[in-house]
Amino acid sequence: MNPLASIGRTTISFFNTIGRISLFTCRAVFHCFVPPVYGRLLVRQLIEIGYYSLPVVGLTAIFTGMVLALQSYTGFVRFNAEGAVASVVVLSITRELAPVLAGLMVSGRIGAAMAAEIGTMSVTEQIDALTTLSTNPFKYLVAPRLIAGVLMLPLLVLVADIIGVFGGYLVSVYKLGFNPTVYLERTWDILEPLDVVSGLVKAAVFGFLISLMGCYHGYHSRGGAQGVGAATTNAVVSASVLILAFNYIITELFFAI
Amino acid sequence: MMADKQPKIAIKGLHKQFGKKIVLNGLDLEVPDGQSVVIIGGSGTGKSVLIKNILGLLSPEKGSILIDNQDVVGMNRAERESILQKVGILFQNAALFDSLQVWENVAFGLIEGRGMKRKQAHEIAIDKLADVGLGPDIGSLFPSELSGGMRKRVGLARAIATDPEIIFFDEPTTGLDPIMGDVINDLIVDRVRHLGATTLTITHDMASARKIADKIAMIYKGKIIWAGPVSDIDNSGNDFVDQFINGRAEGPIQMDVRAG
Ligand SMILES: Nc1ncnc2c1ncn2[C@@H]1O[C@H](COP(=O)(O)OP(=O)(O)OP(=O)(O)O)[C@@H](O)[C@H]1O
Ligand SMILES: [Mg+2]
Repeated sequence: MNPLASIGRTTISFFNTIGRISLFTCRAVFHCFVPPVYGRLLVRQLIEIGYYSLPVVGLTAIFTGMVLALQSYTGFVRFNAEGAVASVVVLSITRELAPVLAGLMVSGRIGAAMAAEIGTMSVTEQIDALTTLSTNPFKYLVAPRLIAGVLMLPLLVLVADIIGVFGGYLVSVYKLGFNPTVYLERTWDILEPLDVVSGLVKAAVFGFLISLMGCYHGYHSRGGAQGVGAATTNAVVSASVLILAFNYIITELFFAI
Repeated sequence: MMADKQPKIAIKGLHKQFGKKIVLNGLDLEVPDGQSVVIIGGSGTGKSVLIKNILGLLSPEKGSILIDNQDVVGMNRAERESILQKVGILFQNAALFDSLQVWENVAFGLIEGRGMKRKQAHEIAIDKLADVGLGPDIGSLFPSELSGGMRKRVGLARAIATDPEIIFFDEPTTGLDPIMGDVINDLIVDRVRHLGATTLTITHDMASARKIADKIAMIYKGKIIWAGPVSDIDNSGNDFVDQFINGRAEGPIQMDVRAG
């Protein structure tokens, strides 16, 4: 094997993929705004992504809030700074942990399911059948998922914000002996609207990325059950990496001095 | 009289390859308006690929495909959609939508393609299911709850649901018992004789081919090597056709299997 040739091949296929994803994204977004809109399918996706992800996101949030209170307390107590626990919990949750963890959990749940469903449809010619029945697969399959992802992730993250802060409150009050009124006051005082808003903006972007990767990998899966399996893995991995990367970019946009 | 009518589908010099593998190699075929054409040929010779090229699901490297005198190769999406409105397809593996009930599968073209109300579409779907020998109770099942032959028949019902002008059947009787196979033959003949549809059917079932075809074409090595009226099939004077319709292992067509 010529090492240069293989570097070249990898580079070409990398840019190939970038190009294909960009084209796919443009087509997908275009079809979100051009009728017909399949209301029935959109509602199904809203429920699937929003409602059925609540338990996973809620559990993630409550344990994260709890452990955050515990850890920051054991750290801050050395500097007699226990009072900062409330602020650390609420800022970490709303700005970073709720959107990122909810995004990662939902990408495991929803991104994988989308890739598997659309991938199976692709390898069993159901997408061909859609096309021949005068239905655009982008409108029918991709658009409802993208719209539902963008709308539902912020809602989930809002719920996660509340549950996460509540988890921190539980540990602080019942285990660490904080005064409940003071704890809530501290939480409320430090919180700025921008903290929550930036988290929700992140959530919307993550929702878009999760649905996009699920649909893209599903749509382009080839070669039977094995291909669908690979598409599922790729959807989750690529969405997770993109979530972490975009998390940095959006944080920088919001909070860079 | 037939000759001066322009063909519904006219394919010229169609060439399709996957990587280095050439599947269609300058294929010519005419499907006359209001007739039933049957394509026969060995497994893996590109029959399904031919249909997918006609539908625009695959794009050929070379050649032209005229449907109602319009070249569909390289057509844009809007133009193709107006062509597909006239077309019904039975896929070889049925390709039913798993997430929809059987009746919704059958009614899909009516509801999404024609904008029909669900209630009215449901009635038509139940009628079409009856045409293929499936009772109304089947309508509310999901495709995963059906047998292979039942799935095929649901696919058939979906293909004919909008009463299309052109219908493609990819192995309509494969996997059906002989009696149900003949019911389906009658259904196809009825579409052509009474509703004036044009059909292109792929089959390995020679009894079915003889019954439904006006014209038979045989595909071999990417070309149509013989085409003619069904009455000529037994004295085609073509060794390949003779070997195929009589199902003999010996002859000019060599199967790639290790000799015992
Ligand atoms: N998407 C594809 N990618 C690569 N090769 C393909 C693809 N689709 C079909 N082929 C190849 O094209 C050839 C023809 O396939 P096709 O499905 O048309 O056969 P067929 O004549 O319908 O056979 P059968 O009677 O068994 O259904 C096969 O050799 C197959 O390997
Ligand atoms: Mg085939």
